[in-house]
Amino acid sequence: MNNGRYGDHGGQYIPETLMNEIHQLTDFYETMKDDETFKKELMTLLNEYAGRPSLLYEAKRMSKDLGGAKVYLKREDLNHTGSHKINNVLGQVLLAKKMGKTRVIAETGAGQHGVATATAAALMDMECEIFMGEEDTIRQALNVYRMELLGAKVHPVTTGTKTLKDAVNETMREWASRMDDTHYVLGSVMGPHPFPMMVRDFQAIISQEMKEQVLEKEGRLPKAIIACVGGGSNAMGSFYNFIDDEDVALIGCEAAGKGIDSTLHAATITSNSPKGIFHGMKSYFCQDEVGQIAPVYSISAGLDYPGIGPEHAHLHDVGRATYVAISDDEAVDAFHYLSRIEGIIPAIESSHAIAYAMKLAPTLSKEDSIIVTLSGRGDKDVAAIARYKGVDLHE
Amino acid sequence: MSRIAQAFADKKAFIGFITGGDGGIQASVDNILAMERAGASLVEIGIPFSDPVAEGPIIQQANIRALDKDIKTEDMFTIVEQVRKVSQIALVFLTYANPVYAYGYDRFFARCKQVGVDGIIIPDIPFEESEEIASYCERYGVDQILLVSPTSKQRIQAVAKKSRGFVYLVSSLGVTGTRDNITTDLDTIIKQIKQVTSVPVAIGFGIHAKQQVHDYAKIADGVIVGSAIVKLCEQHPVGANQAIYEYVNDLVSAI
Repeated sequence: MNNGRYGDHGGQYIPETLMNEIHQLTDFYETMKDDETFKKELMTLLNEYAGRPSLLYEAKRMSKDLGGAKVYLKREDLNHTGSHKINNVLGQVLLAKKMGKTRVIAETGAGQHGVATATAAALMDMECEIFMGEEDTIRQALNVYRMELLGAKVHPVTTGTKTLKDAVNETMREWASRMDDTHYVLGSVMGPHPFPMMVRDFQAIISQEMKEQVLEKEGRLPKAIIACVGGGSNAMGSFYNFIDDEDVALIGCEAAGKGIDSTLHAATITSNSPKGIFHGMKSYFCQDEVGQIAPVYSISAGLDYPGIGPEHAHLHDVGRATYVAISDDEAVDAFHYLSRIEGIIPAIESSHAIAYAMKLAPTLSKEDSIIVTLSGRGDKDVAAIARYKGVDLHE
Repeated sequence: MSRIAQAFADKKAFIGFITGGDGGIQASVDNILAMERAGASLVEIGIPFSDPVAEGPIIQQANIRALDKDIKTEDMFTIVEQVRKVSQIALVFLTYANPVYAYGYDRFFARCKQVGVDGIIIPDIPFEESEEIASYCERYGVDQILLVSPTSKQRIQAVAKKSRGFVYLVSSLGVTGTRDNITTDLDTIIKQIKQVTSVPVAIGFGIHAKQQVHDYAKIADGVIVGSAIVKLCEQHPVGANQAIYEYVNDLVSAI
C-alpha cells in the first residue's frame, strides 16, 4: 500500500511540520500491532476495563414487529463510556504511552470520542485536551462537564462552522505546534495515513466478535450489516471482517439532516459529493463548486462531518458497500421506536442505522438475519430530542 | 532567468503575503503594487480556503473576509492579470490542495502560465504527495515550492532537492502568525539545504519586526512576512495599500 491508499483515496496530505511525526507513528504502529505484549495489554484493557466482548443481542420484539428478518443489535452502547469510541481510544492512548508521549489531544463532535479519550487519559495518567466546536459544546453540554470531571481541558472551537470539522482543524493546528510530547488521538477512520488504517484496525474487533457471535447463534452469516457513518469508524469496524464475505451486504447510513436535496445534511456519498483533498486525505467531501468545504448539518453532532473515511470511499467506488441517507425525522422516530420496543435508548447517531434496519428487515425473510451496530447509548441525546420535540426540560 | 530567480538575484529578497480578494480584487492589486514600490521582490497571493489548517487566526480571518465577499479562485487569476499589466514582480500562489483539485489541475496550471503566476506553495501537499501536481507544474512552467520545517530533520535534503523556485523554510512549529521569539536553529538547516540545492532559501512564519527581518536576511536568501501585512488589511478595510507601503518599506530597509 502506497502511503495508505484505498484505490485513489487516502494518502498523507498534511503540512511538512507534522510529516516526521506521522512517519514515526506509522512505523511504531506497524511494529506494535504484531507485538504480543502490546496485543495482550490492549486485549486486557478491552476485556477488563471496557467490558468487551459486547453483546450481540437479538431484538425479538423489534424483529416480530417489523415482520421480516431477525434483527440483531451489536451492543457497543454497553461499552465503558457508552460507545464504540473506547475501542480506538484505548489502542491509541496505549500506543502513545509506549511512544513516550505524556499528553493526548483530540477532536470531538458529539463528545463521545472526547469522553473516551479523557477516560483513557485518566486511566493511563496522560494530560488531555479536547477540542470541540462551540456549537457542539452547547448541544452536548453534559459531555463537556463529563470530560472535565475526567480531568481533561475542553477548548470550545469558535472558528468556521464551530462544529466537528473545525474541531479537527484546531486539533491539527495544536498538534503542529506541539508534537514532541503529544499524540493526536484521531477519532475516526479519516485523516492522513496511518489513521484510517489504525483506527479501523482498533475498531475491527466489532466485526470480529460479531462474526463469531452470529455464527454461534445462527450458524450462518447475516444478510446485512448496518451502521451509521460520519467519518465512519463504527461502520468500518463493523464491516471490516465481512468484506470478503460477498453475500453479506454492508450498509452505511449517512445523515440526511433535513434532506439530501437541501443544504442541511451531512450525507457525503449519497448526495454525490465530488472527490477532494482535505484533513490529510483524498476522499469524497461535501463542498461547493470551487472546492470550499461545505457547512454541513445533522441533528447528530457525531455525524456532522463533511467527508467520509477513504476506505469507505473506496468500498463505495468498487460497489462493496452501499450508502443510504437517513433524515433527522427518520432517526428521531427510530430513537423513540427502539426505546419503546426494546427498552434501549440508542444514540441519535446509531438511530440512523436503526432507521434503515426498520426499512430493510420487513423486505427480508424470517430465515434471514441482519445486524445493526448500536454504536452508542442515547442518554447524551435525551435533552436534544426533547428540544426537537418541543418538550421543555428543567434539569 | 525566471521572475523568481530574478527576485533573488544579487540581493536578499523581501517576500510579502496577502490573502487574495481580502478587501476586494482591486485592493489586492493595489496592495501587491504597493509592496513592489516599497521594495518587495516577490509576493505570495493566498487563495482563500474555508479551512486553512496551516494558518493562524489572522490569516484565517482574512480567508473568511474574502470568502464572505464571494471571492472565487477565478478572481485570483484576475488579480494577477491586473498586476501583470504594469508589473513583472514575481508572483506565487499559496493555497490548499482542495481549491486546486476542484478547479482541475491541468486547467489551474494552464491558467497560471497564461496569466503569469510563477510558483505555487501548497502546505497540504508535502514532499510525499508532491507527484500529485508535479507533472502539471513542469508542463506549465510553474515552480513547485516545498516547505522545510524545524521538524524535517533527515528529510531536509530530499525535500530541498525537489523544491523549485525557492525553498520555504518554516521558522518554527505551529501555524502562521506573528511571534516574538523564534528559537529554532535555522542556520544549521540552511547549511544542510545549501549542500544539495542551488535554489534560494526564504524564511517565513512569525516574522513581523525589523530586527527579525535584519537577522534572517543575514542567514537566508529571503524573508517572508505574511500575517503582519494581512493584519494591516484587517485594520484598513479601505486603502490598506498606503499602510502596507510604509510598513514594507520600513522592513525592507532592515535587510
